[in-house]
Amino acid sequence: MPARERSATAMQAPELIQTQTLEPVDLESAVEPTPEMQARARRLGIAGKLAIAWLVLIVAAAVLAPVLPLDDPNENFAQIAGQGPGTDGHILGGDGLGRDMLSRVVWGSRASLLIGVGAIVVGLVVGGLFGLMAGYRRGRTETVFSGLFDVLLSYPQLILALTLVTVLASGEGISSTRRTIVLIFALGVVSIPVLGRITRANTLAWSEREFVLAAKAMGARNRSIMFREVLPNVLPAMFSIALLGVAVVIVAEGALSVLGVGVQLPTPSWGNIIAEGRADLRDSPHIVLVPTVVIFLTVLALNFLGDVVRARFDVRESAL
Amino acid sequence: MRMILRRVSHLLVVLFFVTLFAALMTSLLPGDPVDAIAGFASPEQKEALRDQLGLDDPLYVQYGRWMGDFLTGDLGGYYSVTGERPVIDRVRDALPVSIQLMVEAQILTLLIAVPLGVITAYRATSRFDRATNTTAFGLLALPNFALALILAYYVGVQLEWLPVSGYVAPSEDLLEHLRRMALPVIALAAGQIAAYMRLLRSDMIATLQEDFITMAKSKGISPSRVLWRHALRPSSLTVLTVAGLNVGVLISGAVVIEVIFSLPGMGTLLAEAVFSRQYIALQSLIAIIAVAFVLINFLVDLLYSVLDPRIRNART
Repeated sequence: MPARERSATAMQAPELIQTQTLEPVDLESAVEPTPEMQARARRLGIAGKLAIAWLVLIVAAAVLAPVLPLDDPNENFAQIAGQGPGTDGHILGGDGLGRDMLSRVVWGSRASLLIGVGAIVVGLVVGGLFGLMAGYRRGRTETVFSGLFDVLLSYPQLILALTLVTVLASGEGISSTRRTIVLIFALGVVSIPVLGRITRANTLAWSEREFVLAAKAMGARNRSIMFREVLPNVLPAMFSIALLGVAVVIVAEGALSVLGVGVQLPTPSWGNIIAEGRADLRDSPHIVLVPTVVIFLTVLALNFLGDVVRARFDVRESAL
Repeated sequence: MRMILRRVSHLLVVLFFVTLFAALMTSLLPGDPVDAIAGFASPEQKEALRDQLGLDDPLYVQYGRWMGDFLTGDLGGYYSVTGERPVIDRVRDALPVSIQLMVEAQILTLLIAVPLGVITAYRATSRFDRATNTTAFGLLALPNFALALILAYYVGVQLEWLPVSGYVAPSEDLLEHLRRMALPVIALAAGQIAAYMRLLRSDMIATLQEDFITMAKSKGISPSRVLWRHALRPSSLTVLTVAGLNVGVLISGAVVIEVIFSLPGMGTLLAEAVFSRQYIALQSLIAIIAVAFVLINFLVDLLYSVLDPRIRNART
């Protein structure tokens, strides 16, 4: 069975087919995706390679942080307190308490990436499962899960995450590990409806295809059709949204840090380094700027690759 | 008519769940919430407070009482050594500040994003279009709190053009109000401008290929009139959709921006309540924000069906 069929013509969006029949106007060349333009969108290009290189670099930094020749991220060197980049032996300078900035940013990538990826994995597994069931089974299942997505979406995302973190891990004596786990859970819950909806919308479309009918006719069980026939085709859409989602979560952790419920200090995260640096903004702006640049590049890379995945697999925006 | 009834019943269901979660938040806290709210109090005082808050009642009783209080404007109190101060007093001052911030950011967004979207769509693939798009893509990757801090440092501290904190009511001194709101509004609007512009651009490009545009052009109507009158009108629905989708982003952004620029709005109250563990105040603040969010979305939905006859007639 051609369960993983992804031929270009089959996936062509109806809108695109329609525009081809229109009279050409002077903007035509800008819109009509010629084969060359589509091919270009699918290829990674230099920017795509740079994006992947950057992500590999920060993931490597996060994984290898304990073995890299770095200062302890929590050790105070009084002489570099608030000193900018280029200080002797401390390439990125020190923060307000004299802790090595390079070390804190590298160690901070652990917390930030762990939360970003962890929350999206929670969203992918739970939201994906719910969305798949809603889109495939329809009927009451769909009503229940779509209702759940609606309710979760009826809180502003940051406020929902803030509430969950406050309820589950605030107050004195909360360990850094517990706070991090709760952040993953809270931001995961926030991402469930986003990933659930895209999965449901795509499942709806794929469930009506001939190969699903054929699988049913051959007597395949529903569960096996859902996971072996439909899911592989829905994955690209989920993946492209998930890439954007990791970026959103990393930024959200920063926003929560500003509100006082990000990763628990002294464990560094990109977000709480920025939040902590606010106090020294006037004299030592580099404490805010260094992690800002790192977040900026990471989000840029993830957004860019999300777009590439979307172009390559022809994920339709209308399915959102 | 039936459609409106269905919408309203959907609205009520969502409001129920949203308020339920906020109302029971304090009871769901691990440990004794009274210890957190009033850690300074003596055991007898704590017992009295627990009684007063009814934290031992069944959850449905707690929800009912909370709803009654909420609707009559009793939002609970801040507890401190010196006694209890009602939350509603602070909310009354804070709410206008947040609304001003969001409305001003929204106005700035539209003022910049709509012309940019239209021009880049008309001149698609030109150098200007590419530069604008690249900038927008970059702006989307810059967290608003980071942009806020960068603006505060370069414009506020280095150049000393604008103040970086404090708030003046527009009724007091409009010019000073705008001066103080400028940086927060820009920080909040930047990401929105990028999002609006990109969507409006792709929407306009599609519209410009429609037959009625060709028709208008062939009648000899000037290009600018075709662009601003004929093509922009159908795209206004897209702008409204984006606005609806972005309300949550706007609220979340405003909360953080307020904290950074020390604007005395709802976000600052929220952060303060989290910091000092005033959970009663926190649950009221969260409920207000969530209910406002649901109502705005409901209004956008209604407006949408009023503006677009296809939707208005489709389901009746």
